[in-house]
Amino acid sequence: MKTGRRKEQPAKSRNDKWYLRLYVAGQTPKAVTAFNNLKVICEEQLKGQYHIEVIDLLETPRLARDNQILAIPTLVRILPLPVRNIIGDLSNTERVLVGLDLVEHGALKLKEG
Amino acid sequence: MSKETGQSHRKVLPKSPTSIQGLDEITGGGLPKGRPTLVCGGAGCGKTLLAMEFLVRGATEYNEPGVFVSFEETEEELAANVASLGFDLDGLVERKKLWLEHIHIERSEIEQSGEYDLEGLFVRIHLAIESIGAKRVVLDTMESLFSELPNPHILRAELHRLFRWLKKKGVTTIVTAERGEGSLTRQGLEEYVSDCVILLDHRVNDQSSIRRLRIVKYRGSTHGTNEYPFLIDEHGFSVLPVTSLGLNYYSSNERISTGISRLDTMLSGKGYFRGSTVLVSGTAGTGKTSIAAQFAEAACKRNERVLYFTFEESPNQLMRNMRSIGIDLEPWMKKGLLQFHATRPTLFGLETHLTTSIRLINKCEPKVVILDPINGFMVGENQAEVKAMLLRLVDFLKMKRVTAFFTSLTSAGDNLEISDVYISSLIDTWLLLRDIEIGGERNRGLYVLKSRGMAHSNQIREFRLTNHGIELLDVYVGAEGVLTGSARLSQETKDNAEQLLRQQEIGSKQFGLERKREAMEAQIVVLRSEFEAEESEALKVIGIEKARNDRFSQDKVKMAKSRRGDVFVKSTDKPKKRIRIQRHSL
Repeated sequence: MKTGRRKEQPAKSRNDKWYLRLYVAGQTPKAVTAFNNLKVICEEQLKGQYHIEVIDLLETPRLARDNQILAIPTLVRILPLPVRNIIGDLSNTERVLVGLDLVEHGALKLKEG
Repeated sequence: MSKETGQSHRKVLPKSPTSIQGLDEITGGGLPKGRPTLVCGGAGCGKTLLAMEFLVRGATEYNEPGVFVSFEETEEELAANVASLGFDLDGLVERKKLWLEHIHIERSEIEQSGEYDLEGLFVRIHLAIESIGAKRVVLDTMESLFSELPNPHILRAELHRLFRWLKKKGVTTIVTAERGEGSLTRQGLEEYVSDCVILLDHRVNDQSSIRRLRIVKYRGSTHGTNEYPFLIDEHGFSVLPVTSLGLNYYSSNERISTGISRLDTMLSGKGYFRGSTVLVSGTAGTGKTSIAAQFAEAACKRNERVLYFTFEESPNQLMRNMRSIGIDLEPWMKKGLLQFHATRPTLFGLETHLTTSIRLINKCEPKVVILDPINGFMVGENQAEVKAMLLRLVDFLKMKRVTAFFTSLTSAGDNLEISDVYISSLIDTWLLLRDIEIGGERNRGLYVLKSRGMAHSNQIREFRLTNHGIELLDVYVGAEGVLTGSARLSQETKDNAEQLLRQQEIGSKQFGLERKREAMEAQIVVLRSEFEAEESEALKVIGIEKARNDRFSQDKVKMAKSRRGDVFVKSTDKPKKRIRIQRHSL
């Protein structure tokens, strides 16, 4: 039901609270890049309605098992549902937007074209 | 130099025993310790099971806890799958001997943006290893990552890093991978895991499936290079090495009776060697099973255990049939000395037969093992495989000093010697039974084709099944060829009559000769007396003539003297000459 609505309009238009979680393993350059990239995107798209939690798996390795994390960095959109995963340092902004469902697939394709 | 070799001896690559039946033998002790091993093969060939058994055996037998990282099956599925093999994964997990880690990724849920690495996987494996102090790790099947995560270049580099990392951690790792087209693995993992590569194969020949294992490479160690059959049954994974068993078994000088006294005589008086391999081949109904049963009975009488594998008859039927020729096996079976094992040869593949046989032999510890007949295994053109199987069995039995007795059915048209030639090299004593058809009768002939290490008889014996067991009789060998049965009997009577006749002839000839000699001697006597008569007559005449001549010459001399002439002096010789001629004619 929700999926159907999502196709009609991007999740962004709903004034939900965004809850994002970034899994990293230590303060690696990739982790830092990812966090910075994420911050920029959120500031642009979701100003005031997002919350980012960074989880360092080196400190809490059990969470990797519990949340089936394999690739680092992994960004998980906990809210709004459904849960979505984006892996990588988030340097490709467009793919992040698609992944977070902040922009319609079709719109991106048009842009690419 | 000598120092160096001494050092290299000490620096033997440390190995991690798998405890999988046969695998340690062909790898010379197990997998390379602290290094990754690649196990590749097609779907359903037993990769996961091999890996799991490696962990379970390590945990239970060597106190080496293990981590199983599954990319395909969940923890519950894994436990259920191997429960049938008697592995209690849940129990091992509870006792912290085993760690199951299921890695699940849903491709559709993942978006990639920029570079990533697999640090999450590293963290998880690290946690698992540290939690239970694992010494062994299995990654089953890593390649599924390639279909679930984007960017294979990153993945490849990360896997390479993972293998090096595991090596540095010093854990013995098994990495499984799907067999690829034209390469060992689909994603070319063999490039990264280069210490030991094991290839599993599962093929179907003539409707029976055969599993094979081959060690493609093993860096820094010698290993068996052949393809070894293996099987998976309720006892887990077992590889059947053959060459590793070698030919260094002890050979006994002890001899054991065949149960047939005249057959013992044919085998230089004492019967088979203990621990040798005996083959009886012959066409249908020549009495192969009877010889086997007689041998079994003889062994039981010596209080030795016999394991009888029958592939054609049920034990009951066999015992009934043997009773008809006076061999009663039932008491021995009840006593527990004789054990039957009846299966259809086509029921399982060869390897299954072999391992069940070996397992039974280990359990029952017989002195004599009978396989009756071995032909059932032959399906199509699998002679080489049957030979390999029998070779393994023979080697195994020889090591255990068990006497093996095989029967082999040969088809009537075949040359008996040729039809079983493929296993001839395995056989120490080979008895041949053949039908001899003469005069509307079929009789059985038995001879010893070969018997290693003894001066055996080269003669054919007539082989008879009587109601008190097997009897061997001399066959008739004469001008008419080899005869048996009533033909032999009639030929023998005929021969006797002929001989009598010949003796009579000789007698009469001798008699005639004697008579002739007597006649001849009589004639000689007559001739001599005639001669003597003539001789005396002639001498008499000569004497008279001589006297007359003398007188005559005297008279001549007198006359000459009186006439004073010498004309007649010469003529005195002439009468002498005439006398000489007369003597000659006599």
